[in-house]
Order: sequence, then C-alpha cells, then structure tokens
Amino acid sequence: MRLLTHNMLSSNIKGVINGFPLRIEVEKVVEKQVDFNPDFLKNMFSKIDWKALADASKIMGYAELPEEVPDASVLDSDEFLQKFHHALLELHLEEGALVCPETGRRFPVNKGIPNMLLHEDEV
Amino acid sequence: MSSRPELQAPPEIFYDDVEARKYTSSSRIVGIQAELSERALELLALPDDDIPRLLLDIGCGSGLSGETISENGHQWIGLDISRSMLDIALERETEGDLILGDMGQGLGLRPGVIDGAISISAVQWLCNADKSCHEPRLRLKAFFGSLYRCLGRGARAVFQLYPENNAQRELILSFAMRAGFAGGVVIDYPHSSKKRKEYLVLTCGPPSMSTTTPSAKGVDENSCSDDDNSEDEENQTVCISDRHRPRKKQKVTKKGKTRSWVLQKKEKMRSKGNVVPPDTKYTARKRKARF
Repeated sequence: MRLLTHNMLSSNIKGVINGFPLRIEVEKVVEKQVDFNPDFLKNMFSKIDWKALADASKIMGYAELPEEVPDASVLDSDEFLQKFHHALLELHLEEGALVCPETGRRFPVNKGIPNMLLHEDEV
Repeated sequence: MSSRPELQAPPEIFYDDVEARKYTSSSRIVGIQAELSERALELLALPDDDIPRLLLDIGCGSGLSGETISENGHQWIGLDISRSMLDIALERETEGDLILGDMGQGLGLRPGVIDGAISISAVQWLCNADKSCHEPRLRLKAFFGSLYRCLGRGARAVFQLYPENNAQRELILSFAMRAGFAGGVVIDYPHSSKKRKEYLVLTCGPPSMSTTTPSAKGVDENSCSDDDNSEDEENQTVCISDRHRPRKKQKVTKKGKTRSWVLQKKEKMRSKGNVVPPDTKYTARKRKARF
C-alpha cells in the first residue's frame, strides 16, 4: 500500500467522527520504482493532507519532506517534486497495520493489502 | 442451478482461490473485462489533457479492469471483498493499490479526493443479503452515500452492471439519486441479447449540462421505425386481424431472397452490433446456372 492510498483512507467504523489519519504500525517497508510524472503530482498536491503524508513518510523511514505545509510555488522545483514523488508513490507498507485514531481498532496489512473489513457491530 | 454468481454464494466465498484463478485465466473473460472497462473509461469522460487522475475501481477483483486504467495512464485504488481475487492481482503485479473491503459498509475515504470511479459487474452484488446483518437497502445507501462524499465535484462514476430484473435496476438507480447523484442508465446495443451492456453513469453534483447521460452505442435513431415498416413494397403482406386467419400464410416470392431483403437483413444485424461484411456490388448477386 502506497502512502497515496494511506492519505485517502480513513476509518469507517460507526460512530467515529474523525477517523483520519490512520496511524501506521510498520513491520516491513518496500520501495518500488514508479515512473515520475510531474503533472500527476501537481494535480494531487491540493488534495493531499500534508501533515498526514509527512508524518507517515517519517514513520516509514523517509524524513526528507518538510513538516510545514509547503507553498504551492515549490511545485516548480524539481527537487521537491522528486521527494514528493518518492514519498507518495514509491514507499509501500508491505506488512504492518493501520490503527484507527479514535477507537484504536487495528486494520492489519498483509502483503501490501490493508484489510478494511468491519465486524458486524462496527457497521 | 442459476448462472448468476450472486445467487450461488456471497462474493468472498464464491470467488475462492479456484474460482479466482479460473476467472483470470479465461481469455474470454479477460477480453470482455478489458472491453467493458475501456468503455467505462470512455463514459467517464475525463478531461482530455493527459494529466493522470486518481480513479477508484470498485470490485477490482484480480485487477483486470485496473490494467485498462493503467494503460490509459491513470493511477487507481482498487477495492474488493475477495482476498483470493486480490492475491491473484498481486501475482499479476497490477500497478494500483489494493484494499480488502466491503463496498456495502461504505468506502471509508476522505471527502472530495477521487477524480472518478468505475466498477465492472460488481454493484448488483449489493442487492443480495448474504448475512443476517445484511440489509440491501442500507448497504446501497451506505455505498452511494460514501461514494458521493469521496468524489470531487463534477466527477463521474460509471458502473457496468447486470441487473437481474427491472425492479433491481430501479432500486439501484433510486438509491444513487437519493445520495445526490445525477445521471442515468446507458444501454449499449439494446437490440442484441449477447452484446447488450448496461452502464450506470452518475455525476456528482446537481443536474446541469455536463450531467446529461452520454449516448449509447449500437442505437440507430431510425431503427425503431425501420422495424415497424420493415417490409418492402414488393413483399408486403396485408395483416388480417382475425384469429381464424389461415396460419403460415406467407407470400412466396418467386424471386426468392432479393437484394433489398439481404441489405435489410444486414442492416438489422449491424444495429445489433454484429460483424457484417460491407455491402458491395457482389452482395446478393445471382449465381450462374452451372453453379
């Protein structure tokens, strides 16, 4: 699972008001090369929750992203886009878990696939 | 036994390891899936500016439809309830991210982040109650509600589906409308029983010019009227609206099957979407006597 997906996912349990961002428990991280596409990154930039991405990439062992929400002007810098690209699309959480920030419910991640199935009483 | 898989077992049980492998190794299914997803992407009508979008594939299965999305240069996130299917997708090294989840429980995505959603032959599963806690109406409501929230304004969602009957089609459509979507059903090749495919095309946001449903393939505007007066003058028969009329009274034309009859037949087959050779000067020409 890439951090792009982590940035979109939120906890869906009944009664949870703010299920975002899901906390990451890391067991294994893999890196996979993906083609660099600046247009996609520029398109996604406004939709990304920056703090969640920066925190998540730090937990995954990549601390190059700035803490603060960068200004939109950084999108012209190739160096920034490369880092953004690496954090967003190339870091994969292979084994581990996602944890709901409110209830503490664990969603296990196996072979890169998070199991977001809810139990009967959570729907 | 019924041929509809959703009547046999719940999706996570029906698509077990064996069925998932069978599904993906069948070249016929792979071909059909690719064709359906290609058409769904076309109906999605993403702006033609070569910027990759983030799409959602609901019921992605083994990633057959996702492959088409990748080929078109977009990023995607796939959701499916069958672990076996997702394992096959991993083996096939699909490019999108996969999530094991149940669409009937809501999608669990942040609001307004997705640029479009497609779903190939999946939404009709929602109409089944496979567990005691399942209530199809609540599941449809949760699904369409959460989908509406996670799509950006003006984004489209295209679902290819096989509704069992008219009531099911209306049920699905009514819940989509209730969630706030505008749109309708596009039926490709409505005259053909084999190639007929239904797509539910939904647009996020209030009805406007951009939310009008796109036109379907294989529909000829004058094909309906053609069927009514399909007989030519020369082989027209007068109908007698009498129950005692002699049966099988067809006018036997001495000429046999004329050129106009052949052309008409070919036109009809074309409207059904079949592959028909072009009309040439050789079409329906007379053979020599020695033949």
